[in-house]
Amino acid sequence: MPEITYRQALNEALAEEIERDPNVFIMGEEVAQYNGAYKVTEGLWKKYGDKRVVDAPISEAGFIGMGVGASMLGLRPVMELMFWSFAYVAFDQMINNAATVRYMSGGLIHCPIVVRGPANGGTNVGATHSHTPENLFANMPGLKVCVPATAYDAKGLMKTAIRDNDPVYVMENTLLYGDTWEVPEDEYTIPLGVADVKKHGSDISLIAHGRAALTCLKAAEILAADYDIDAEVVDLRSIRPLDEDAVLESVRKTNRAVVVEENKPFCGVGAQIASLISEKAFDDLDAPVMRLSAIDAPAIYSPKLEETQLPRPQDVIEKVLAIS
Amino acid sequence: MADDVDSISKSKAGDFVDAPINKSLSKEDKVGFLREMLRIRRFEETANKYYSAGKMGGFLHLYIGQEAVAVAAASLMGENDHMITAYRDHGHGLAVGMSMNECMAELFGRETGCSKGKGGSMHYFAPDKNFWGGHGIVAGQTPLGLGIAYALKYHEKEGCCMCFLGDGAVNQGAFHESLNLAELWDVPVIYIIENNGYSMGTSQERSSAHGEHLAQRAEAYGMEWAVMNGSHIYELRDGIGKAIKRAHKECRPTMLEVDTYRYRGHSVADANATKYRTKDEIEDYKLNHDPLNLWKQQLQDEGLLNENDYKAMNKEAKQEAEASAEFAEQSNWPPESDIMADIYYEVDEQTEAGLTGQHFFNH
Repeated sequence: MPEITYRQALNEALAEEIERDPNVFIMGEEVAQYNGAYKVTEGLWKKYGDKRVVDAPISEAGFIGMGVGASMLGLRPVMELMFWSFAYVAFDQMINNAATVRYMSGGLIHCPIVVRGPANGGTNVGATHSHTPENLFANMPGLKVCVPATAYDAKGLMKTAIRDNDPVYVMENTLLYGDTWEVPEDEYTIPLGVADVKKHGSDISLIAHGRAALTCLKAAEILAADYDIDAEVVDLRSIRPLDEDAVLESVRKTNRAVVVEENKPFCGVGAQIASLISEKAFDDLDAPVMRLSAIDAPAIYSPKLEETQLPRPQDVIEKVLAIS
Repeated sequence: MADDVDSISKSKAGDFVDAPINKSLSKEDKVGFLREMLRIRRFEETANKYYSAGKMGGFLHLYIGQEAVAVAAASLMGENDHMITAYRDHGHGLAVGMSMNECMAELFGRETGCSKGKGGSMHYFAPDKNFWGGHGIVAGQTPLGLGIAYALKYHEKEGCCMCFLGDGAVNQGAFHESLNLAELWDVPVIYIIENNGYSMGTSQERSSAHGEHLAQRAEAYGMEWAVMNGSHIYELRDGIGKAIKRAHKECRPTMLEVDTYRYRGHSVADANATKYRTKDEIEDYKLNHDPLNLWKQQLQDEGLLNENDYKAMNKEAKQEAEASAEFAEQSNWPPESDIMADIYYEVDEQTEAGLTGQHFFNH
């Protein structure tokens, strides 16, 4: 199976969906002639032209709101946010309009829009450019949120997101764009709401999403080699819909869980997962569910310190050892 | 406010009678406009009555005094012309052909409402009639209207989207972003500012920096604009008609500002409605600028309407409105199970995508 980058996987997903459905178009800042701020859309404008790949001015509320309106009439806009941090200037459109118009119209309208872009810290760009808002958006009934960790997941989830008839917000990671993974040449999709057990294990469940899932994989290797602990890594992939069964199944097997995320702790996805486990698998637990999140401060710029702000393998190991 | 009233008084109901778009109107068309305006007025009065009697929840923003705008605009809509507005949406809904029953039942929160009782007064929708709401956040609908028009252009349809907003919406960022995109990309959207002089309780003078007109701001974007009297059907049809033609033939946007007035408060709950403006101001408006009175007089001047016809039409509108309240009151509340419906398309339709994972997190 060929290895391609996470970036290339997304690029292929976008290209394939543009070719498959004439209603799909890409819009965002620098997505066309500049080839994308992070080159995810590289070559697409040249290949598909002005109608399908559109450069937008720096005007997120305007163009994302416009995409919501266009999707109400059946178009399938794929809107790029240069950073998910910029979603905050389009928040009203993404929440009040995209998330609620189906409900408030009694089901007469739906919004098949995708909003995508990177949502991560760890790149020394300061607090305004390092937000990870998956918990905020997943809080809204009507929205779907997914956070792919690998190139394979990124391609399969992106294609599914574009075909979905509800608003799907896809949160990528600039630190992963250049990483390579095996991706099949044949077409495939990955359903939303299906977690992926990225490493099977029997002693403890490490439950994570996005880049934190990869951090957990590294931690699991060390745990096996140095501590003889066989950790299972469950990658949620999709936050809403959420694969609760996969989480519960894993915890029922291992009887221990650490929930890891790069988001801030307060009401983070980890809180939802911890609550789920305590409600539905309490009797299976041999230890309290532990949580590991980003250190609870705005993202610090200082490169040396930011490294420590996001969960590292050694932080995961520390949590595991505390309950093993 | 005085300036605006002056500008309103400059034109007369009979102006623009010979405009090409009005010349082709039949007697039935013209009388029909009065019937539509009467229906909206009586609907709103009836809604107000039942709201005051505690039959409805939430807010009730009445369109009384602004009826000519929605009726004139709706009269110009072709197959590919669409409409979207803010929360003062009853008039637009009725004007595009929504029934009084579904509109009133929505106010009563019943399952027979246009949104099954899920949207309420501010959130009417009828996509089958090219009406896309009904939006509660001031100016939140302005990028949506742009998007609807963008989709028409994308599909190479000769159409437009009329996006209504109040004068209070012109200071929101989303509106300005929309104006820039509309002109930048030649999107066939028509922004129609229904200027009733007050953004809730704050007069235009206290809220908006502008030259002579709010619509003048369009100049900053190189966009065509015009101002018209919001009480005169002929003038509205002429002005909006020209904007529609520009959208259809040149695929270009327009900003229109219509001078209008609301008799009532911002909402029925606006206890200060008579405090931030004088009684004389309201009285003057009722006597000299009421779109119904003006149009009725115009029809009489043209020999198209006698008093008996008017009385019959008025009575019919009242009866229809009253019957709609009866219909609403007798309709069922939505079943409790309905709270969890119409959230996700894929779940409602039980598609494959709707079956994987947990979509809801009720404990």
